[in-house]
Amino acid sequence: MTALGALFYLLSAVMLAAAALAATRRNPIHAVCCAVIAFLASAGVFVTLGAPLPGALQVVVYAGAIMVLFLFIIMLLGLPVGKGMVPAARLVAPGVFAAATLTALFSLIAMDPAGRISLQAATAAPAAVGVVLFGDYWLAVEAVSLLLFAALAAVLLLGKARQESPKGGNPA
Amino acid sequence: MEDKKDKPGLLREVLDGASGLVGSYAATLTHLFRKPVTEQYPDYKRPMPARTRGRIILTRSPDGNERCVACYLCSGACPVNCISMQSEEGPDGRRRAAWFRINFARCIYCGLCEEACPTLAIQLTPEFAFCKDAIEDFVYEKEDLLVDHGGKDAEYDFYAHAGVAAGRPKGEHIGEDEPVDVKSILP
Amino acid sequence: MTDILLGILVMLVRMAVVLAVVFGLAAYMILVERKLLGRFQVRYGPNRVGLFGLLQPIADGLKMLLKEDIVPDGVDRRIFLVAPAIVAGAALFAFAVVPFGPTFTLFGRPVPQVITDTDVGLLLIFGLSSLAVYGVALGGWTSDNKYSLLGGVRGAAQMISYELALGLALVPVAMTAHSLNLTDIVNAQARLPFAIAQPVAFLIFIISSLAETNRIPFDLPEAENELQAGFHTEYSGMRFALFFVGEYVNMILLGSVTAIFFLGGWHGPFLPPILWFGLKVLAVPVFLIWTRASLPRLRYDQLMALGWKCLVPLGLANILVTGALLAAGL
Repeated sequence: MTALGALFYLLSAVMLAAAALAATRRNPIHAVCCAVIAFLASAGVFVTLGAPLPGALQVVVYAGAIMVLFLFIIMLLGLPVGKGMVPAARLVAPGVFAAATLTALFSLIAMDPAGRISLQAATAAPAAVGVVLFGDYWLAVEAVSLLLFAALAAVLLLGKARQESPKGGNPA
Repeated sequence: MEDKKDKPGLLREVLDGASGLVGSYAATLTHLFRKPVTEQYPDYKRPMPARTRGRIILTRSPDGNERCVACYLCSGACPVNCISMQSEEGPDGRRRAAWFRINFARCIYCGLCEEACPTLAIQLTPEFAFCKDAIEDFVYEKEDLLVDHGGKDAEYDFYAHAGVAAGRPKGEHIGEDEPVDVKSILP
Repeated sequence: MTDILLGILVMLVRMAVVLAVVFGLAAYMILVERKLLGRFQVRYGPNRVGLFGLLQPIADGLKMLLKEDIVPDGVDRRIFLVAPAIVAGAALFAFAVVPFGPTFTLFGRPVPQVITDTDVGLLLIFGLSSLAVYGVALGGWTSDNKYSLLGGVRGAAQMISYELALGLALVPVAMTAHSLNLTDIVNAQARLPFAIAQPVAFLIFIISSLAETNRIPFDLPEAENELQAGFHTEYSGMRFALFFVGEYVNMILLGSVTAIFFLGGWHGPFLPPILWFGLKVLAVPVFLIWTRASLPRLRYDQLMALGWKCLVPLGLANILVTGALLAAGL
């Protein structure tokens, strides 16, 4: 095994362990921390596969933005802090769902034995990704952005509806 | 929404804000080249005014006697009760302090004792920086407090004005009349 | 085999040099800040330990090391202990992709003055700066102290908000440089630094990076007169020092990033490249200190309004204009 291979398996082990902990912790903050570790480890896995772009995006989008929002909401709500593990009964449904997803993923990988196509896509340079994304799939990108815009407008509307009186709100 | 009245207002606001920022940056920049006003304390000790309230001393009159008559007025005036003493009568009939104790760990240097003192014995000096490692060392006894000078009013001698005329005939005090001989008073 | 070993050795040496330089700079940046702040306020600043107070950072570091590391009752112990390391670690890790100068040749081998020359350097720096939020938020949350919690929540909200503006300010830079690689971005500024070519982006970047590093006028997470010390109220000894060093490493990182993205990196007349780079890197912290001496702290709603209602729309408009100009071939 090469040094890179060893690193790959190490990071994968960390990722799996952190993901398992994230799924079973009752303390929400601990779960979020474990999820962040899992995302960072997966970013590392991407880098060891020679695909720095997905790795960087993993850090920026998942670890750096989405999980921060999770953390922020948990801190803001002040949820009661549980201890130990989630009871096993509550893990059944998510477990089944995760198993189904995993099966689908493995069957996809089985269709592409050496993982050439997916790996090639993952290791693409940022410029090439941009060309494909905004060239071939521009319609999908626009559709997603429209969706986000709609969500933004809806949130603004919902947030504004509360403040009926112009006085008394904050001046800024 | 935006009509033409809004436009110059916004620009104006931005310009005002920017000029405010530039102003504060300029102010600090000019301060950068000013000579600091700091006094470098241990190297340079500012001469303190004579009436600064610092460490307390017990002074002596010009003839070398203790001024303190152990009247307890300072002890009574002290708001933190840091002065204690025991009075006694000396061989010359004058009252004096058998022991005199100031706890500087308690003293707040308010100067009320100095104001209360009828004989100018207890005085505050400008010395303010005296540190100790142990808090017990702040308890000063009479020997530590007594100095061999008259402090702020060196020429003053209480017994020249009032008090027991020990060793001297009566009527010797400054501004005092001769004692009247009641038996020889005749019209 | 010897090639691999040599490669690892060179890598280790490079990392050690960068780490040593950054830590030394961070330690002395504290002294520079205290000295400069003193002069801005017409006083001297520390000048007792050693000549001109030059040994002050060492004395402070020793003091911090020898102090008791207090872990208060009721804290989430593991997270409490790790939080300061996240702040300092994220900032230090970002130096892995910072190029300090052009590649030069030593013993017939090209030696790039960067630890890893990656195509996604910009994204990585961006991602690592966003990871620092965890240190602030978790440190505030685990301290079991309402002031710390408020500081942590403020820090998280502030850093999420301004990250957006920061990213939007960097998009035109990547657009004009046609690359996310930091060395390429620097080389794109050989003639004209982006600070002049992209003044609006530069402004947005400076303001939002001030907010990212929690410096005055955006130091709401640790606003002393409202929250004691905010998210690091409960920290003491070496862990407090780690938060502190993290902040100053962040300042230097900000200096390097600003130099690379907007000030033209190591390009400059007369002086050798590494000197130019150092000068530009140090100019930014000095500006930050000057800002600290000059500006008052924003109110929280002002901070949010500035970020969301001013910087983000401005950044979006700037991207549009830049795109239009690029499309027009200017």
